Amino acid sequence: MWMAVSYGSWAISAVLGIWMLYDWFQIDTSFSEEVLTSSREGEIEAVAEKHRV
Amino acid sequence: MSIALEPTVHGDRVSLLRVLGPGHVWALGVGIVLVGEFTGWNFSADKGGALAALIVCWLVGLLYTSVAMIDSEVTSTVAAAGGQYAQAKHIVGPLMAFNVALYLVFAYTMLEVSDAILLGDTIVAKAGVEGLTHNSFIAATIVVLAWLNYRGVLMTLNVNFVITAIAYISIVILFFAVSPWTQGAVLQLNELVTPANALPYGWIGVIAAFQFGIWYYLGIEGTTQAAEEVRSPARSLPYGTMAGMITLLIAAAMTWYVCASLMPWEYLGVTYYPLWDAGKLTGSAFLENLLFIATLLAALASANGCINDAARAWFSLGRDRYLPSWFSAVHPRYRTPYRSILFLLPIALAFAFIADLNQAITFSILSGVLQYTFMSINIIMFRRKWPLNSIRRGYTHPFHPVPAVVLFCLCVVTFFAIFLGFGSQLIAMVTFYFLISLWFHFYRYKFVRRGEQFTMPWPRPQGY
Repeated sequence: MWMAVSYGSWAISAVLGIWMLYDWFQIDTSFSEEVLTSSREGEIEAVAEKHRV
Repeated sequence: MSIALEPTVHGDRVSLLRVLGPGHVWALGVGIVLVGEFTGWNFSADKGGALAALIVCWLVGLLYTSVAMIDSEVTSTVAAAGGQYAQAKHIVGPLMAFNVALYLVFAYTMLEVSDAILLGDTIVAKAGVEGLTHNSFIAATIVVLAWLNYRGVLMTLNVNFVITAIAYISIVILFFAVSPWTQGAVLQLNELVTPANALPYGWIGVIAAFQFGIWYYLGIEGTTQAAEEVRSPARSLPYGTMAGMITLLIAAAMTWYVCASLMPWEYLGVTYYPLWDAGKLTGSAFLENLLFIATLLAALASANGCINDAARAWFSLGRDRYLPSWFSAVHPRYRTPYRSILFLLPIALAFAFIADLNQAITFSILSGVLQYTFMSINIIMFRRKWPLNSIRRGYTHPFHPVPAVVLFCLCVVTFFAIFLGFGSQLIAMVTFYFLISLWFHFYRYKFVRRGEQFTMPWPRPQGY
C-alpha cells in the first residue's frame, strides 16, 4: 500500500509541476511584461495614510 | 473566489490581493512554527539536559516575545510584502535590506526543506516497508504546496489555518489525556528529571541548548510577509502576531511538560519525533495515530507558510530591482508572485534531496538569528529617526528599549551556542553574506532605481 502511495506522490508531483509550467507559459505569452511587473510597494498605504498625528 | 478566476488588472497595474484577516496572519505565523514542537526543540535536551530545554523555552520565549513586539510596531507602519526587508530598506538602507531579504529567503527555504524531509522520514518510519524512500513524499510536499501557493494566498492560508489548528489541538488533547494534574499516574517527571540529571553539563549546557531552543518559536516573525495582502495591516498584523506568540508559549510549555515527564533526557535529546513518541508511550493507539497525523500536518503547515514567505521576500527584491525585475511579476488571475514561487521550487527540491536534516535546520536557524539581531538594531534606529509622535503607528510596543536590548543579548548568546555546535557553518554563512554584499554594492546596486524604492509617505527622519 505504501509503495502505491509513493508512486502516487510522484505522479501528483509531475502533474502539478507540468500544470504550473503550462500556466506560466500561457500567462507570460498572454500579458505584456509591463503589466505583469507593474506591482508597486505601498501603493495603497500611500493613498490611505496621511501621517498627520 | 470569483476575483481569482478572471484576469484582474486594475488600470495598468496588477498587485497582490488584499484578502487576509488576523486569523490568516495567525495561521501563517503559528503554522510555520508549530512543527518545532513536533521536532527540533528536543535536541536542546541533548545539549544540556531536560531542565536546560525548559530554561531555554523561557529565555528563547523572551527573545521571540521581543521579536513579536518589535515586529508588530514596525510592520504596522511599513506594511509591504517583504516584511523585514521593507523595514530595513526604509529604516537602515539598501545594503542592509538586501542582506535581510537573503536571510529571509534562506531561513524559510531551508525550513521548508527541513519540513519536507521530516514529513518524508515520518511516513517512512510509520510504514516500515523495506525499499520505501522519502524522496517521493518530499517531492509531493514541495510541489503540491508550491501549487497551492501559486493558485492564491487566500486558499493557501485557509488550508494553513485548518491544519495548524488540528496539529495544535492534538497537543492539547495529549496534554489533558495524560492527566497533567496527577504525577505518577502516567507522567513521571519526578523520577525522570532529578537534581542529579537535570543539568548534566552544567550552565554551559544551558547556553549550548539555545541552538535548538530556537525551534520552539522559529518563524513567528514570518507574519510580516503578509503585510501587503491583509485587509487592515495596522490592526491584523499586531493581533495575529501577538496571538500567535501567546499560542506558541502555551504549546511550548505543554510540549516540554509532557515529553520531559515521559522520556529520559538521553532519549528525548536524540529522537526525531518527541510528541509522536509521547503519544506511543501513553499506550493509547488513538493518541499515537493522532500525534503521527499531527506531525505530518505541522510539517505541511510549516512548509506551506515558508513557501509563501520566501516567495514574497524574493518578489520584493525583484520589485526594487535588487534582483532582475522579472521576479516581480504578479499572476493576473491568482494575484500571487508566481515566478518567485516557481524559481524557488527547484532550489528547495535540490536541497531536500542533497542536504541532511541537521544541515538544513542549522542554515535556517543561522539566517533567522542574523535577522533577529538586525531587528534589535532596527527598532532603535526607527524610534530615533521617527519618534512616537512623528508618524502614525498601528501598534506601539511598551518598555522600549528593553525588548531591543534583551533581544540583542539573547541573539549574542545564541550565536555563541551555534558556534559551539556548528562553528564552521556559522563562519561559512557569514563569509557568504559578506561576499554577496560586495557583489550587491559594487555591481547590482547600479540597476536599482534609487528614488523609487522608498515608498512610505513619511516625513523626513529626525536629524536629516
